[in-house]
Amino acid sequence: MNSAKERLVNGILKENPTFVLMLGMCPTLAVTTSAINGLGMGLTTMVVLALSNVFISLLRNIIPDKVRIPAFIVIIASFVTVVELLLQGFIPFLYDALGIYIPLIVVNCIILGRAEAYAYKNPVIPSLFDGIGMGLGFTAALTCIGAVRELLGAGEIFGIHVMPDSFVPVSIFIMAPGAFFVLALLTAIQNKVKIVGEKKGKDMSKIQSGCGFDCMNCDDAGCAHRMYDDSAKGTKTEIKEDENNGNG
Amino acid sequence: MSDLMKVSSNPHVRSRTSTGSIMLTVVIALLPAAGFGIYNFGMRALVTILITVASAVLTELLFEIICKKKITIGDFSAVVTGLLLALNLPVNVPWWIGVVGSVFAILVVKMLFGGLGQNFMNPALGARCFLLISFTSIMTNFDCDAYTGATPLANLKNGVDVNIMDMVIGRTAGTIGETSMIAIVIGACILILMGVIDLRIPGSYIVSFVIFISIFGGHGLDGAYISAHLAGGGLMLGAFFMATDYVTRPITKNGQYLFGILLGILTGIFRIFGPSAEGVSYAIIIGNLLVPLIEKITLPKAFGKGGEKA
Repeated sequence: MNSAKERLVNGILKENPTFVLMLGMCPTLAVTTSAINGLGMGLTTMVVLALSNVFISLLRNIIPDKVRIPAFIVIIASFVTVVELLLQGFIPFLYDALGIYIPLIVVNCIILGRAEAYAYKNPVIPSLFDGIGMGLGFTAALTCIGAVRELLGAGEIFGIHVMPDSFVPVSIFIMAPGAFFVLALLTAIQNKVKIVGEKKGKDMSKIQSGCGFDCMNCDDAGCAHRMYDDSAKGTKTEIKEDENNGNG
Repeated sequence: MSDLMKVSSNPHVRSRTSTGSIMLTVVIALLPAAGFGIYNFGMRALVTILITVASAVLTELLFEIICKKKITIGDFSAVVTGLLLALNLPVNVPWWIGVVGSVFAILVVKMLFGGLGQNFMNPALGARCFLLISFTSIMTNFDCDAYTGATPLANLKNGVDVNIMDMVIGRTAGTIGETSMIAIVIGACILILMGVIDLRIPGSYIVSFVIFISIFGGHGLDGAYISAHLAGGGLMLGAFFMATDYVTRPITKNGQYLFGILLGILTGIFRIFGPSAEGVSYAIIIGNLLVPLIEKITLPKAFGKGGEKA
């Protein structure tokens, strides 16, 4: 179960979909007005992500390459519909709070991205844990953003009043601009932690399998998908080879 | 060797003007408005101004110390930001409003984008809008010892009669620095005479605003209505001191006219069709955001670069 643990850690920390890959920004910015909304959105997405990863991984040898995206969408949309109906039936307050963003999980780029980058190429068990790990990473990020926004914007966390009475809520934080402030702030803190870790000599580099396609900031010069020539840094890259392949 | 033959490297024409001297001129030009604010609203206004300016300067200093950057508080830009922000606050705000606003203006709007010259939005106005959205009830409460009730612009919008003489002199409710048209115009004259600003942006701003409200204001060319709109609210302060901010205005001449016209129309739209009485801050901020586009379409052609096709 080594790979399962590695997948979980990868999803939550190394390739956190929100703070590192910067995917799924639409729900991240829109629904995190409170911690409970962030948690609900994160868990809902995690369920869809894990189930769709499992099914896409199971069907990966059957789905033809050319129509794989429509096939992914059909699988994902089915699970989203299931989850939506369950939410409506059993957790109506969350269903009302998340509104249009539940059906929009279908087009959440984290889910499609994991299907394309991981589940379509890997066995079922690692795919399941990849989905759970990414989902937990997304949940943690959304809950953090929601908690900070709720704390500053309403003086509460999970609906419990925590700030002293003299605190005047900064209501901009539960409006749209606050989402950008908090997301940027938390990303900056996260990057700072990473830089400190790198200076201490820990390996913070991304793992090959689920590349964020952020070639500019990636140190892996030997990567086959590399799209950025950093010969200025003095390391040879694959640019030439890619050009040859393209011409051929 | 005679002096005439002396060879030196360029630049040959030097000026004593520096960022610091320009900013200091702006501070001096703002003093009439600030002074009238203190006279009008009492010592409380002075306290608010001092707290806001001090926290703006302190924020810049602390940020630069923590980030090990060059200390730039000597250029007075933080003083200008703090002063402008204070002049845009109602007099009875709690002390922490000035601190929060200054920190937001300097830290988020200015320093995080790279410091003076890199900010895309006027820091003082960015902070004012931040405060206005966050603490609406505090920021729109203009009650104080001297005046109670609505600002002249709110009265104007609700059809209540306003006294234009009071508005021109500044004996009305409002933010600390916006009430006196005379004090602001004195400051503006200082800036224009010292060559710090020219009339392109304020002129086109005010003219287009007047045209807009005489078309859409519902009062036609009613002189009293138009002058009430000009003297009321933050229009004068915004037009002369904030729209002309070197960093956030277009650099091309035609662009500056376009910028002013845009601000005039936006202010008119906010004042006449918007839910609140005032819209100068939002108009200037939206104008700031459009500056890159304005510069792009008004970039003059270099001499010799192909003629226009008729």
